[in-house]
Amino acid sequence: MAELTAGPARRRPLVVRYPSVLIFLTCLGLFTLGATILSEGFGIGVISTSFVKTLGKTLCLCLVALGMDLVWGYCGILSLGHMAFFGLGGYAIGMWLMYERTRLIVVDSLAAGGLPATPEEISSGIAAQIFGVVGASEFPPVWAVAHSLPLQLAAVVLAPGLLALVFGWLAFRSRVTGVYLSILTQAMTLALSLYLFQNDSGLRGNNGLSGLQNLPGLENTSQAIVSIWFLWGSALALGLGYVLAAWMVSGKFGSVLRGIRDDEARVRFLGYPVEAFKLFVFTVSAVLAGIAGAIYYPQAGIINPAELAPIASIYLAVWVAIGGRGRLYGAVIGAAFVSLLSSWFTGGQAPDLNILEYRIQWVDWWTVLLGLSFVAVTLFAPKGIGGLFDLLAARRNPNRHGQDLGPDHGSLREKEADA
Amino acid sequence: MSKLRWYFVCITTVLLSVFTLPVMAQNADAPIQQLLQNHREIIAKSSRKTIAPAIDALAASGLAQAQTVLTRWQAKEMWRNKETGLFVYGEKAGKELAAFDFADGADLGTFLARDFKQLKPNSGIRGMIGAALVQFQLSGSFTDKMQALDAIERDAEASHLAALTKVLADETDAAVRQRMERLQGLLTIRFGETEEDRIVAIQSFEGDLGVDVRAALNPLLVVTVEAATAPPEGEDIARILTVGSEDLPREAAYDHLVAAGLATPRISRDDKRNALLANISDGSVAGVEVATLDSEAARDLAYAALADQGLVDRVATDSEVDATLAGFTFYERYTGSPAVAVAAAAVLSGIENKVAINQAFDLGLDALSLASIYFLAAIGLAITFGVMRVINMAHGEFIMMGAYTGYVVQQIITDYTLSIIVALPLAFVVTFGAGVAMERLVIRHLYHRPLETLLATFGISIALQQIAKNIFGTQARPLTSPGWLDGSLVFNDIVSISYIRIAIFVMALMFLALFLFVMNRTRLGLEVRAVTQNPRMAASMGINPDKINMLTFGFGSGIAGIAGVAIGLYAKVTSEMGADYIVQSFMTVVVGGVGSIWGTLLGATVVGSLQKAIEWLNPSNTLAAQTYMILFIILFIQFRPRGIIALKGRAAEA
Amino acid sequence: MKKILLGSAALLAASMLPAVAQDCPIKIGVLHSLSGTMAISETTLKDTMEMLVEQQNAAGGVLGCELEAVVVDPASDWPLFAEKARELLTVHEVDVIFGNWTSVSRKSVLPVIEELNGLLFYPVQYEGEESSKNVFYTGAAPNQQAIPATDYFLEELGVEKFALLGTDYVYPRTTNNILESYLQQKGIAADDIFVNYTPFGHSDWSKIVSDVVALGADGKKVGVISTINGDANIGFYKELAAAGISADDIPVVAFSVGEEELAGLDTSNLVGHLAAWNYFQSAESDANDAWVDAWKARMGEERVTNDPMEAHYIGFNMWVNAATTAGTTEVEAVRTAMYGQEFPNLTGGTAVMLPNHHLAKPVLIGEIQDDGQFDIISQTEEVPGDAWTDFLPESAVLKSDWAKLGCGMYNTETSSCVQIKSNY
Repeated sequence: MAELTAGPARRRPLVVRYPSVLIFLTCLGLFTLGATILSEGFGIGVISTSFVKTLGKTLCLCLVALGMDLVWGYCGILSLGHMAFFGLGGYAIGMWLMYERTRLIVVDSLAAGGLPATPEEISSGIAAQIFGVVGASEFPPVWAVAHSLPLQLAAVVLAPGLLALVFGWLAFRSRVTGVYLSILTQAMTLALSLYLFQNDSGLRGNNGLSGLQNLPGLENTSQAIVSIWFLWGSALALGLGYVLAAWMVSGKFGSVLRGIRDDEARVRFLGYPVEAFKLFVFTVSAVLAGIAGAIYYPQAGIINPAELAPIASIYLAVWVAIGGRGRLYGAVIGAAFVSLLSSWFTGGQAPDLNILEYRIQWVDWWTVLLGLSFVAVTLFAPKGIGGLFDLLAARRNPNRHGQDLGPDHGSLREKEADA
Repeated sequence: MSKLRWYFVCITTVLLSVFTLPVMAQNADAPIQQLLQNHREIIAKSSRKTIAPAIDALAASGLAQAQTVLTRWQAKEMWRNKETGLFVYGEKAGKELAAFDFADGADLGTFLARDFKQLKPNSGIRGMIGAALVQFQLSGSFTDKMQALDAIERDAEASHLAALTKVLADETDAAVRQRMERLQGLLTIRFGETEEDRIVAIQSFEGDLGVDVRAALNPLLVVTVEAATAPPEGEDIARILTVGSEDLPREAAYDHLVAAGLATPRISRDDKRNALLANISDGSVAGVEVATLDSEAARDLAYAALADQGLVDRVATDSEVDATLAGFTFYERYTGSPAVAVAAAAVLSGIENKVAINQAFDLGLDALSLASIYFLAAIGLAITFGVMRVINMAHGEFIMMGAYTGYVVQQIITDYTLSIIVALPLAFVVTFGAGVAMERLVIRHLYHRPLETLLATFGISIALQQIAKNIFGTQARPLTSPGWLDGSLVFNDIVSISYIRIAIFVMALMFLALFLFVMNRTRLGLEVRAVTQNPRMAASMGINPDKINMLTFGFGSGIAGIAGVAIGLYAKVTSEMGADYIVQSFMTVVVGGVGSIWGTLLGATVVGSLQKAIEWLNPSNTLAAQTYMILFIILFIQFRPRGIIALKGRAAEA
Repeated sequence: MKKILLGSAALLAASMLPAVAQDCPIKIGVLHSLSGTMAISETTLKDTMEMLVEQQNAAGGVLGCELEAVVVDPASDWPLFAEKARELLTVHEVDVIFGNWTSVSRKSVLPVIEELNGLLFYPVQYEGEESSKNVFYTGAAPNQQAIPATDYFLEELGVEKFALLGTDYVYPRTTNNILESYLQQKGIAADDIFVNYTPFGHSDWSKIVSDVVALGADGKKVGVISTINGDANIGFYKELAAAGISADDIPVVAFSVGEEELAGLDTSNLVGHLAAWNYFQSAESDANDAWVDAWKARMGEERVTNDPMEAHYIGFNMWVNAATTAGTTEVEAVRTAMYGQEFPNLTGGTAVMLPNHHLAKPVLIGEIQDDGQFDIISQTEEVPGDAWTDFLPESAVLKSDWAKLGCGMYNTETSSCVQIKSNY
């Protein structure tokens, strides 16, 4: 809290105040470069396109985990509905991808028909193609701007942002906190996914939007190339997101956030508009999640309401907790580590384990392991994997006077703790 | 090898010949067999559309065996020898068939079933056979009579009225007689000879809620829509329709006129396009360049030009449609007898009002039942979350454990009643143990970190779910309720509720009583309240908070286990059943107000009735009901963050 | 000159050699969820595939090679299906994939299979309105299940009023859409068709069941066509039984309830209700007896067989025969060899692979018995599967013919191919 009363000090550049940013960006850059060189599309073809896609998607998950860490690790709001924002971003971009790809097909096929196509014919042709699958043939109002890429890109940011703003405003205004808020956010994502499950929602119900990996106009570009583009896009987004998040949590703003996390009432008594701070962070992290979703789903190829189910958001919390909340790199490490490990275990590559008579097949037992390791992390290692870095730091720089960085005790910044 | 096979063939042949020999004994010339042979093709075809002559012939044959044939046939016990084509009846045991002759009931011996073709009448034909059997059964035994009356209810025929009237006078059993009289009334409505008879019968059912009554009355009100330029007259006019109303949309009205040849048709977009395509010459249609036809308006003009040239039929424009419609009056005309229709309409409108009230009552019962299920699912949570403030995301999995306990018990104890009696306390013990273990190992360390509790218990939840999957498989497991819980309590044809739901309701009440008793009347309850309000003070009074927390958590978990058995009985037992209830349960507790059992009760009632109300508003989509309910709850918590019954003062801060 | 020609011919032959001689072992991808919600149904199919591969290996394999089943777990996660399909085709380099259950998972896999020119055998009844060059649909199209069952209702049971109950997803939606249109063409008024959708795993059925009973109030015979999926059926049938609705009063025909689903139920109160499939375990034929015995011997006495298993049985054997005919497992050659492939059904009769990638199969209607099996009361001749239904105006004009037209979505009105890739 020292800085709050010390008056305006000359600010040093972000990378100096927050050295992990530089390290992180370097690692990310090297990783991307390495993946590109090893890929099929641009490099020597050691790793397959499907693995490149997995890596790209993992980077997106890291980005949404970063957003989660902002609200949970730094502001103490355990949101169990962040994948709703992620999904909304995916839906927003998916609508354009789907519309445009179908439009090209419909225009081509109508051109062969003898008469020049009328706008009505094109529109009903697209509608029949997109919604024929779910037994409808008209455009629902929600598709009003699907024809325009800029507007749908705006929706990637606006849809999750607005939802977070409205929901957050309602919730924070009436001082819903702690577990209540968690359950409420969970209800929010449940309601949204149930809504999207309905055909009447106009987003193809349970089927969702599919074929998103085929970019309109790029039919002849191989997925090996496209996957690398998306890997770069994901890496760029994650890098920018990391810098933004680091900038947010490094200054006075960050101190207030941590203050709110540790004792909301005191910060309020100090005169800070706690609700506004929370709302801001909540919305920013929702927007980050939306952007991550918009880059993720064209790589996954399909988005459907199951992606928004409460369980997905809970897994997000699991990643952040295992990685170590309250530190940005922790969230990234957690998301990458657990999701990659999870796909390794469920992919059937993990060797079976024989215990006495019983054969442990990881496909069956991985979830059990994950659940229990989660309990173990909560009980024995609240700092998660990130805690290991503390051990390193403690060895290198033992002059911490027993101060802790949190998330449980104290609201010190690294600088203060090291002093 | 081949030698062995040869022997086998020999033996089989000998056996077969032994088996087939007795067929010779069957009387192929018996009249009943002849009758069946005459209709063998349609019997073999076994289609409701063509079978009527065979059944009619049997019913009208006057042969003593006709009833046997019909009964056996209906019960899928008629077989036909593939070789001789003769019909027999028999029962299949394993791969063998014990066959009997229709003519005299003689035992024909045992045969290989594969040499015979079983005749399997479908349910449509079985209904027709049933209707034909009525004449035999009405004067038969009690079960026969009941079967006959069932058949009349399902497939009434005009002849049944006379048959029924004939036996009615001699009927002594009051219950049978009552049913017969009712059926006679219903048959009179449909088949009565004079209009007066029918009207009297109609009026005798004034205010009756039976579906069968409405089913008899509604067909009398069938109308046809007609259109005329002059206002219609006559007593058979049901009502005048306004064009553009919900009953007669503008398009439907115009289509009606077109179909009647009273108006020029309109054209669809596709037809217009095809017509234009068919008339392209030299890159233009009727002088309009093809390239310019890229809007519907341009195509309309081109089409009109074509029509002027006489190349295509003229079509009506919008304004013409309006003008034509204005010139007609649309009305509904009864197709049947008007006097009967008017009488039926009068009785029906009275019935409909009563039906509406009863439907509301039925909906209320449904809501109550759903509320009791939610309450049951949430009551354990009301203890762990409501009283102890421990967020237990594995609560749903305790419900699941209880249900699987019930399933396992049923595998061991096959008597359903006994197994349920054993399963209920056992489920409590199992989940009590699980709850205590979880409290000791995990939750105890996290009492002051609610968010971490949430996450840790969630980890336990997914682990338990997967373990259940690994043990019991992903397939849903049966948990069957005892026979005395089958069926439902029927008030009338509209209001009914299944016994299993009543049992759940009663159980919910018992739990409420149990909870109140434990919390308010026992030492344990006192200590629990003390510990939750102020653990340190309680400890200084000699209460062991650790022990109390452990017991309370176990108690809550145990109740969840019992709830699991109940929920498994009414729905299904799967590893994911807990997840279905967990969010709803939290909602119930939060809406009702944490820390108050009455709040939980109210919460369950609100959530249950709300869901039913929304379902009633939008019957075609149950999913929407759940979405709107959650939205409502989110909004509700905005305005009453502490729920319906909010604890005040110190208790609220605990 | 001659020498050069000869040399180049030899070179050509040499370069063609690897395509003809088979890489052993031949890999077969199995893409069924082994965890998550769909594991209930799909694990059985994985076991079926493993059994078929073992049987084939015991019979000498294919083209002189052993078969090897590569099993992956897409975990009921639809995007993961696409990822695993890509992995199967590019990393494991399988020659053919047998897999998928839900429509959405198929739609997820389609773009990948088409991009990489793989071959997928899809064994489950589905909603049609799709035709992919790279997919063989061995399950029923609507005209092989829904339409015959509806005809049965109309003609044999005399049903005049229909309740179409379904789980809210694409298969019920499209099927009900087709049925609504079909029923109206058959003269059933729109008011006499009641449609309701419920979520997956729905358990509170009392209101819907009483709504269905109330439909009988206008004196018309009511029938229920159920496309309710999975677990939700348990609650539905329990409520049906509790309400005392007999199959003679209100018959229910289900398209997603087979032997496997009934295993979770006490069927004594459901006797007489119906299901429509292309296969029932109770079918009487020697091939079926052998199949059921082999299955029970492998998996346990209490296990049952069902329709999608037969679809895999036919699909797998057809693929084996096609590969043998073609002399290679290369996709294009096998695909061409598939057309006109015949293989005996387990229910008697012969399944034929049509140029629209669907099978001609008989349609069976069975009544539920108290032992959880079905009594087959109606069996049609082989019905050719139709990718595009004739009962919806926009798809009535479409036709699929990969053998002659080389197009899965051919508009017969404009005589043009709408698109070569499938719609997803």
